[in-house]
Amino acid sequence: MEFNQGSELLEICSEKNIPISRVMKLRETEFSRISEEEVDEKMKKSLAIMRRSAKEPLTNPKPSVGGLIGGESGKLHRHAEAGKSVCGTVLQRAVTYAMAVLEVNASMGVIVAAPTAGSSGVVPGVLLSLEEAYDLPEEVILNGLYTAGAVGYLLMRNASVAGAEAGCQAEVGAASAMAAAAAVEMMGGTPKQCLDAASVAMSNLLGLVCDPIAGLVEYPCQNRNSVGAANALICAEQTLAGIPALIPFDEMAQAMYHVGRSLPFELRESALGGCAATPAACRRTCEIFGG
Amino acid sequence: MAFISLFDVIGPNMVGPSSSHTAGAASMALLARRLFPGKIKKVRFTLYGSFAQTYRGHGTDRALLGGIMGFQTDDLRIRDSLTLAREQGLDYEFIISDKLGDEHPNTADMDMEGTGGEHLFVRGVSLGGGKVKIVRLNQIEVDFTGEYSTLVVSQTDKPGVVAHITKVLSERNVNIAFMRLYREERGARAYTIVESDEKIPEDVTEKIRENPCVSNVILVQI
Repeated sequence: MEFNQGSELLEICSEKNIPISRVMKLRETEFSRISEEEVDEKMKKSLAIMRRSAKEPLTNPKPSVGGLIGGESGKLHRHAEAGKSVCGTVLQRAVTYAMAVLEVNASMGVIVAAPTAGSSGVVPGVLLSLEEAYDLPEEVILNGLYTAGAVGYLLMRNASVAGAEAGCQAEVGAASAMAAAAAVEMMGGTPKQCLDAASVAMSNLLGLVCDPIAGLVEYPCQNRNSVGAANALICAEQTLAGIPALIPFDEMAQAMYHVGRSLPFELRESALGGCAATPAACRRTCEIFGG
Repeated sequence: MAFISLFDVIGPNMVGPSSSHTAGAASMALLARRLFPGKIKKVRFTLYGSFAQTYRGHGTDRALLGGIMGFQTDDLRIRDSLTLAREQGLDYEFIISDKLGDEHPNTADMDMEGTGGEHLFVRGVSLGGGKVKIVRLNQIEVDFTGEYSTLVVSQTDKPGVVAHITKVLSERNVNIAFMRLYREERGARAYTIVESDEKIPEDVTEKIRENPCVSNVILVQI
């Protein structure tokens, strides 16, 4: 059950009358020669890591290796607990969890790359906040991860998910597209709506540069993960409300890739441009490396 | 194009902070360890390109050493691998190369020495997203990923060795996915690398060794 393009994926979904998550799961059983139960078991382990990395720093902050971040998710959590949240429960939690995962990642804790370590907060942020807000069963969350996996696979295959190759739009942008598609399926949308939300999520972050301070996966990476999560929820909401994407997913993936390849070297994970080149960032870099 | 699994996208499960600089480093070193035919006493790493520039903030050094000690990418012991290595009497050294040039930006050499005097030099490249490949064994350029069951045959470049290997594999009903021969120069040392989708029966290594031109056989299972 192989598909190389989003359009082919939608054809399979409509021919067999199954959601994207089901196609991706069957593809995995076919090519990795493992049973559906084994796929579920493996993904449950990944989900357990996602849960731990999204929630532990809320009460147990970890300093990062570079010292640029640490404790942000705890602050957001306490702010919300005090009844002061501006965003409301779903968005507030998605953003908090996304930032928490990046804290764990930056402290050399265990995370699940989704699709990369630098963008690992987006998918768990969105999925776990929806799980809690709408009391969704674990099966639905696993299906969300399969759908996210299908979108990420298409981007890995046909575009790029590497910041060094195509900027942050390829990392957080891809993660946001994955999470948007997952959210749509989890909340009852059609396969076409999943890819529509993914397409809009990518277009919203098109051109986003990769400019980590001191080359570390800390700042602005952590904030960008919260933006990726918020963007995914917005795109899911718009799509489920019946707003279609004008640009099909496959065309948007190509646009993202071409924009990424035309970004200058300074804006592709080299720590030479963007945020990384500001005087404030340079001062912090000198402090870290003692130069 | 190589198969991209669901768990390549939602994964790897890993110690942060970077899939290329941390998880990739651990994976290539783990693969190097599995290629080593004994117990490692000493290892010397040389870091190139982006590895050399950013290894501290990404824990690349700890991840490489952790891999050599057999830790998987999601093993938290990676954090403390420098201390753990000293405790276990594993001697290590890191050399930071300023050579950029034509090498891939995320490259590391792993020069390993065994308790029995064995020696193996492995050069690994981190390709992004935790994916890696091995591009050099001792003095010979190679190209394999460890994502398949991999048989590495060290041999003298003489007629009939490859035929012997394929005969042994066919007798044991091994389906070959990829097979390549790499050599230094005519008549000198060569490697045959065979990759298979499934586990390769362990006893093929003995059978392949029966050929006098074969000096060593290493099997890394998936």
